[in-house]
Amino acid sequence: MSSVATLMRRSDAPLARRNPVAKLAAGLVFTFAVLATLDPVTPALAIGIVLVLVPLFGVGYGELARRAAPVLLGATGVIVSLLFFAAERTGTVLFTVGPFAVTTGVVYTALGLSLRLFAVALPAILIFATTDPTDLADALIQNVKAPPRFAIGALAALRLVPLLGAQWRLLGLARRARGVDAGANPVAALRNFASATFALLVGAIRRGTRLATAMDARGFDSGLPRTWARRQRFGLADLALVAAAVVVSAALIATTVALGTFDPLLA
Amino acid sequence: MAQTSRRWRTVDIVVASVVGVAFGVVFWAWTLLWSGPADAIPLPGRAFMYGMWLVPAVLGGLIIRKPGAATYTETVAAVVAIALGSVWGWSIFFQGVIEGLGAELGFAIFAYRRFSMGVALLAGTLAGLAAAIFDIVAWYPASAYDTATMRLPYVAITAVSSLVIAGLGGYALTKALAQTGVLDRFPSGRERVPV
Amino acid sequence: MAVQVELRGFGWRHAGRAAWAVRGVDLRIERGERVLLLGPSGAGKSTLLAALAGLLAEDSGEQEGTVTIAPGGVGIGAAGGGIGLLCQDPETQLVMARAGDDVAFGLENRGVPPEEIWPTVDAALAAVGFAYPRDHPTSALSGGEQQRLALAGALATRPSLLLLDEPTANLDPDGAALVRSAIGRVLADRETTLVLVEHRVAEALGLVDRVVVLGDGGVVADGPPDAVFAEHGNALTEQGVWVPGHPVTPRRTGSPGGPELLRGEGLWFRHPGADRFALSDVDCLVRSAEALAVVGPNGSGKSTLALLLGGLLAPTRGTVAPTMDLATGLTGPPHRWRAAALASRIGSVFQDPEHQFVSTRVADELALGPRRVGRTARETQSIVDDLLARLRLSHLARANPYTLSGGEQRRLSVATALATAPRVLILDEPTFGQDRRTWIELVDLLAKLRDDGCGVVAVTHDTDFVDALADRTLTLTGASHE
Repeated sequence: MSSVATLMRRSDAPLARRNPVAKLAAGLVFTFAVLATLDPVTPALAIGIVLVLVPLFGVGYGELARRAAPVLLGATGVIVSLLFFAAERTGTVLFTVGPFAVTTGVVYTALGLSLRLFAVALPAILIFATTDPTDLADALIQNVKAPPRFAIGALAALRLVPLLGAQWRLLGLARRARGVDAGANPVAALRNFASATFALLVGAIRRGTRLATAMDARGFDSGLPRTWARRQRFGLADLALVAAAVVVSAALIATTVALGTFDPLLA
Repeated sequence: MAQTSRRWRTVDIVVASVVGVAFGVVFWAWTLLWSGPADAIPLPGRAFMYGMWLVPAVLGGLIIRKPGAATYTETVAAVVAIALGSVWGWSIFFQGVIEGLGAELGFAIFAYRRFSMGVALLAGTLAGLAAAIFDIVAWYPASAYDTATMRLPYVAITAVSSLVIAGLGGYALTKALAQTGVLDRFPSGRERVPV
Repeated sequence: MAVQVELRGFGWRHAGRAAWAVRGVDLRIERGERVLLLGPSGAGKSTLLAALAGLLAEDSGEQEGTVTIAPGGVGIGAAGGGIGLLCQDPETQLVMARAGDDVAFGLENRGVPPEEIWPTVDAALAAVGFAYPRDHPTSALSGGEQQRLALAGALATRPSLLLLDEPTANLDPDGAALVRSAIGRVLADRETTLVLVEHRVAEALGLVDRVVVLGDGGVVADGPPDAVFAEHGNALTEQGVWVPGHPVTPRRTGSPGGPELLRGEGLWFRHPGADRFALSDVDCLVRSAEALAVVGPNGSGKSTLALLLGGLLAPTRGTVAPTMDLATGLTGPPHRWRAAALASRIGSVFQDPEHQFVSTRVADELALGPRRVGRTARETQSIVDDLLARLRLSHLARANPYTLSGGEQRRLSVATALATAPRVLILDEPTFGQDRRTWIELVDLLAKLRDDGCGVVAVTHDTDFVDALADRTLTLTGASHE
């Protein structure tokens, strides 16, 4: 497992450099717009917009594709479920699988739902890939007035992710050394998974307790108002980013409505 | 048992965060292991294992026993899941908050004074309902999927899965963790026989 | 500005425990003194330090007596400004992802104005001799460097009382030396009061001028090092303290070892996705009735070699080949064997015993292995009883493994590996952080195993352990031949 440091990192590209909260707000607005409708046109346009912006985030298309690969699985699941449980099968029948008819209507819906998945996932990938967790915590505390103890507590715990990942692997090896493996038996595999989860939790809680002691020893719970060593500014460029996101999202919906393809989620 | 203060200590914040983070890692490991085969099972059958995603909420609530614990722990788990690469992007963040709030409701109904198995089951079920309703509103709308054969069974199966895995499982997990002594700084850990 | 510490009849019992962690302590420390706190495992040294640091919260236990830290009569539970604490595990003390940010953490907590923070951070990093820039990732530091960074963090707030709880316990010798030199530097130009709990007494002596020994019923000895060791040296050694001047007798075997059991040839290993090799071109031979020590600096791949020999990882290149003697009918390399087959031939003991616990009771832990390899219930029971007796764990048979002390957990993890009667036993840092008593027991146990025909492989930093047990040593240099 790569460290969170490689998954979430600082970047100097124009959009990546913006205040983390601004990036988050912009992405969220955009996501709401995409989620609001079920047709395939809106997410297709949205994906187009995102793909154009990718270079401005300093992320390569290859990396984006790699990180987006899991979404393919989700899309497969969505489509397979639709095959069996479609609410309506309008349009001409293209082919049948057993008793289930795949019509043009079903294909249209499948396209809409799967593109929607990608349209929601891609902005998140871009933003998370170009945001440093410490910067995000700082921005949440300074710009949004989030409670500092929780933001920093979460940040400190986040640092342990690669350690816990390494420990998970080690737990698997340790069990094998004890003579415990699942082979092909899924029930045994589940039981081993649960056992390893338990061991991971014990280790994690122990570490967490020690970390809390160390943080208290350094005055974390002193009640004094905290200052900050790293300043996160929310400037005009950041405001512009959020504003631009609002405008683009509105335009996206307006376009879909104008094209007549708007299919509201909450009808 | 003395009423614990409502204020979160450092150890409450950090351990809740660490439990959330640990589950983020567990979810990643689970996806690695079962991704291929599990995705082939069509919904709503796949919902049998849904309860697993809700364990952090119930566990957080049972261990920390303060208002907000369930919500916070589930949210942290969701954030880690997004960072490690999730299928659903950051809709998971909202879903995590809502799921956490569902469990939170279960604990709040008992004014954060009782943390018995019954409360855990309730919290688990409510979290599951919250999760399933979010899913069928956002991802499986009525216009696309059939309500009678898919959406309703999905909610029902998810609720039962959460009752068992998150509610009962979360309760058993808390008791087992207390036995190891790692929860000694928490009220949930004080209930065991002194070593 | 150094501090005076006074404890009167101090005692503490943690919530959830029946026994008092420490009791009846009367102690007085003057400003500027450098004190070494000693005592057997379980004497309450860590609890005492936590008390001095103001970290024992009222709701986490019960207190007797008083703790006073002047000036201002600041007692337990206060915010503890002016006190720096360093604990033994560097990984769980660092809060932030980047080095400079971590040092700044303590300053932020105290409300230090932002413009003063970074100069203070730089000064603290320089004071401990930290070799990297401010934005160096904390996860990319070795254990010794992490501890130095943690020390910088503790110092940045200018404490008058510095508390060090076994700061070098989890470190290899190089890392430990690094930290000791940093502490020496720090003490040289300040008037700081120091209370140090340290395992490797001989190496800590250079830093202290007074030794206090803790035991049942409070302080057992108190005075200058020479006097204390002269008078109490033997008693302390009995209790497991590493007293300088009391060496352990070697237990080497005379014979060169029996037939070959396991051979590793041309072993290379790289984690998937990593760019450097963890292990480069290593050959290794394991014989029965022989103890092999694998040594080398941090990062030379010792633990990786242990995993490869143990059949837990597949080598990227090269082979691990068991002899017919060991494989008794199995084909293929160990990493392809089923786990049960592996456990009855090659046992592995991990560095952290808790990684290998699978059950809720000690007796069940011991029974797991034999049942997995197919012993009957009767045989299993007798194996369990035998191991419980041999490793002095009988009174803990029904206890939860996670509640055992460090030494007990170590004995249990070795016992569980032995329960399946493997012919090769591989141990990763078996003596890490052990007190003298457990250390001697472990060496005796492994020597007996070796004499009975087992092939023992130990990956270790502990030179005393190598001297006491090893018949042969394999040194890994960590040089990559790519």
